[in-house]
Amino acid sequence: MTDALLEVRGLEAWYGESHILHGMDFDVRRGEVVTLLGRNGAGKTTTMKSVMGVVRQRRGAIRFNGAETIGLSSNRIARMGIAWCPEERGIFASLNVRENLELPPVVRKGGMTTAQVLDLFPRLAERATSQGTKLSGGEQQMLAIARILRTGAELLLLDEPTEGLAPVIVRQIGAIIRDLQAKGFTILLVEQNFRFAATVATRHYVVEHGRVIDCLAREDLEAGGEKLKSYLGV
Amino acid sequence: MFELIGIPPQALFGQLLLGLINGAFYALLSLGLALIFGLLNIINFSHGAQYMMGAFVAWLLLRYAELPYWGALILAPLVVGALGVVIERLMLRRLYELDHLYGLLLTFGLALVIEGGFRHIYGISGQPYAIPPSLQGGTNLGFMFLPTYRAWVVVASLALCLGTWAVIEKTRLGAYLRAATENPTLVRAFGINVPVMITLTYGGGVALAGLAGVMAAPIYSVNPVMGSNLIIIVFAVVVIGGMGSILGSVITGYGLGLVEGLTKVFWPEASSTVIFVIMAVVLLIKPAGLFGRA
Ligand SMILES: Nc1ncnc2c1ncn2[C@@H]1O[C@H](COP(=O)(O)OP(=O)(O)OP(=O)(O)O)[C@@H](O)[C@H]1O
Ligand SMILES: [Mg+2]
Repeated sequence: MTDALLEVRGLEAWYGESHILHGMDFDVRRGEVVTLLGRNGAGKTTTMKSVMGVVRQRRGAIRFNGAETIGLSSNRIARMGIAWCPEERGIFASLNVRENLELPPVVRKGGMTTAQVLDLFPRLAERATSQGTKLSGGEQQMLAIARILRTGAELLLLDEPTEGLAPVIVRQIGAIIRDLQAKGFTILLVEQNFRFAATVATRHYVVEHGRVIDCLAREDLEAGGEKLKSYLGV
Repeated sequence: MFELIGIPPQALFGQLLLGLINGAFYALLSLGLALIFGLLNIINFSHGAQYMMGAFVAWLLLRYAELPYWGALILAPLVVGALGVVIERLMLRRLYELDHLYGLLLTFGLALVIEGGFRHIYGISGQPYAIPPSLQGGTNLGFMFLPTYRAWVVVASLALCLGTWAVIEKTRLGAYLRAATENPTLVRAFGINVPVMITLTYGGGVALAGLAGVMAAPIYSVNPVMGSNLIIIVFAVVVIGGMGSILGSVITGYGLGLVEGLTKVFWPEASSTVIFVIMAVVLLIKPAGLFGRA
């Protein structure tokens, strides 16, 4: 028995004929912020989609709160308390900001209320009636994170929330992630930007060619992170 | 009373009313088509056959179960919608990943089978369906005579179209529908059972066609080809309005019905082609349709 909220063992995944994940192993403990780091195409997004059940050709074990989810469809997995903020953000053009925010159904008790979410993201309250895709990139990212906080999900999967955003917005997102951790959320974060990752996460899994090749603690990054730089080729 | 370039007002308003009635059916049918196309990515060519089935089910219910019009107005769409659910579950479901063309071919084939079946059993002469007693008669408006049943069809269709539009634009269910039309994978990953939603949307769109069929039964005779005559025009309406736009299909439906009516007054020979001429012009100028998002 571990204290892991999410336990992934020997996860393999395919897109049609292409074998993308070759046995991913990692854990996310309750209340932790953990990142998956890795180069472009390493399989980080595919891992998140597999956990979410969006990639359906998958094998291995994905246990959430001790329950196996590998055979479930994505709507069932969401109802167990996992919420996903996709890399492309997925803001709906035919919905205004408020509708986007309130779209994901509440799956469990204990989520934030809309008012609490808007406190955290005041900009979204100002733009409530704008078309979702008329927001700036940063605002859309905020909206994509904001809308999964109401659902009562315990585990948030955030796929590159800082991608392509200005440094000031990146800092805001960092503050929000720390705030969410303090509120009790457990977060699995995909990042390319390891300097940002180092400021929010306690542990980092390095992904390469569809496998976890190393796990680094926060101290390893603070101590210069030479090993990580060689992994990421930066 | 006045005369407009030699056209007696009785004839003018009579044709306009006729246009409005036709427009009411165009709007109801293209609304269902737009709903189905938006979410399922399927061009439902059996829509006309399903409209015809609505009329036939109403006629059968009256004849064999003595269920009057008002009962049929509720029951017949449920029957047709339930058949739609079966079609979606058994057949359409397998086509979503494929090109539009497959869905079109399947539903076109189904339309031929359904119509052929009804023609085999009931022939093509058509069965009369009486206007329900409560809607018989009419009102003399002075400039024209307004049959009560026709007024009812226009009002009911308008209410249905506006009601459907309001559900889609203003409610939570509608937000799910709009979102799933854009990105079904993500909506499902939020915990919504999108496959069930798709099944019910097809059932709902088809039930709307069935409902239109019941309303049409007392106006046109109930016969197996009533749908195929209408559906060609409805597809032109959908193309003009823009595939997948709900409000666009409703407005275009009524608008084109009126245009057709006016053409009958001023240039009767062109009345059966005017919609297709408009379609050609719209396709040249705005290929995505008047209300379509390119
Ligand atoms: N829909 C798809 N069909 C086929 N191959 C895909 C598909 N999506 C991703 N891939 C391939 O799978 C591999 C892993 O992709 P994935 O998106 O998981 O990488 P990633 O680590 O998230 O990269 P990035 O940092 O660029 O987002 C890549 O080689 C990619 O080309
Ligand atoms: Mg990625």
